[in-house]
Amino acid sequence: MKDPCAHCEEMMQPYLDRILTEDEMVEAEAHLEQCDYCRRRYRFEESLRIYVRQAVDEQMPVELKEKLAALRIPLD
Amino acid sequence: MEAGANGKDPPEAGAAQRLAGDARDRVRFEEDALALSDQVYRVARHLAGSREEADDLVQETYARAFRSWRSFTPGTNLRAWLLRILTNLNIDRGRRQQRAPQMQPLEANDYFLYDRLAGDGNGVSDEERVVERLSQDDIVSALSAVPHDFRDVVVLVDIGDFSYQDAAQILDIPIGTVMSRLHRGRRILKRELAETTTVEGT
Repeated sequence: MKDPCAHCEEMMQPYLDRILTEDEMVEAEAHLEQCDYCRRRYRFEESLRIYVRQAVDEQMPVELKEKLAALRIPLD
Repeated sequence: MEAGANGKDPPEAGAAQRLAGDARDRVRFEEDALALSDQVYRVARHLAGSREEADDLVQETYARAFRSWRSFTPGTNLRAWLLRILTNLNIDRGRRQQRAPQMQPLEANDYFLYDRLAGDGNGVSDEERVVERLSQDDIVSALSAVPHDFRDVVVLVDIGDFSYQDAAQILDIPIGTVMSRLHRGRRILKRELAETTTVEGT
């Protein structure tokens, strides 16, 4: 039989993306429930995604916003 | 009977009304597009190689969008439509030249970054805290080191919050390709991050 943690790893990204089927979801959650190793890594992956998203978030410069507004086609 | 009382305006009035309606639609389109500019920029910033490039790309995108507003179908996803223009412009800018596929082997599993961060003896193993050992600069430079084809997908899905379907349409690639590039791109990103932390930790 396949190593359940290896199988869990295969399902980790789709699980985080919420694209598993219902059956797979149940299977993944059952494994996470009883496997400390995978649960720790799941929490890490989840935190990493949030952290990366926050880290790379950059405000648009105000001048750029003004330039975009000026690109509008004037009404005649 | 007065002209127009039978419900039919003189032809000039009809044309004028159409023009006014047209102008109204266009102004609404422009307003809707401008309201999305923060979100467009957030994605553009990391699709492009630098702030300056992102700046140019976003301006070109809006200039083009305002010119061709009629080709947008109202009620469809305007943010995805704008990003489609932007990614096409980005590709036109000679991105095609660096097409050589990168064949470096990937790490054997998805967990090496966690193992690296948690396991180098500084006592931090709390999964939620361990990511904080990565600096913002580490992450920005690691992301920019991911090759374009993979980065585009990671940026659209993980930063821009686009669905796989939207990302496939924006990049004009099959959804299966979105999924495989996303998987690979995330791994490359983690490898880049792991490399940055090795440098810092020694």
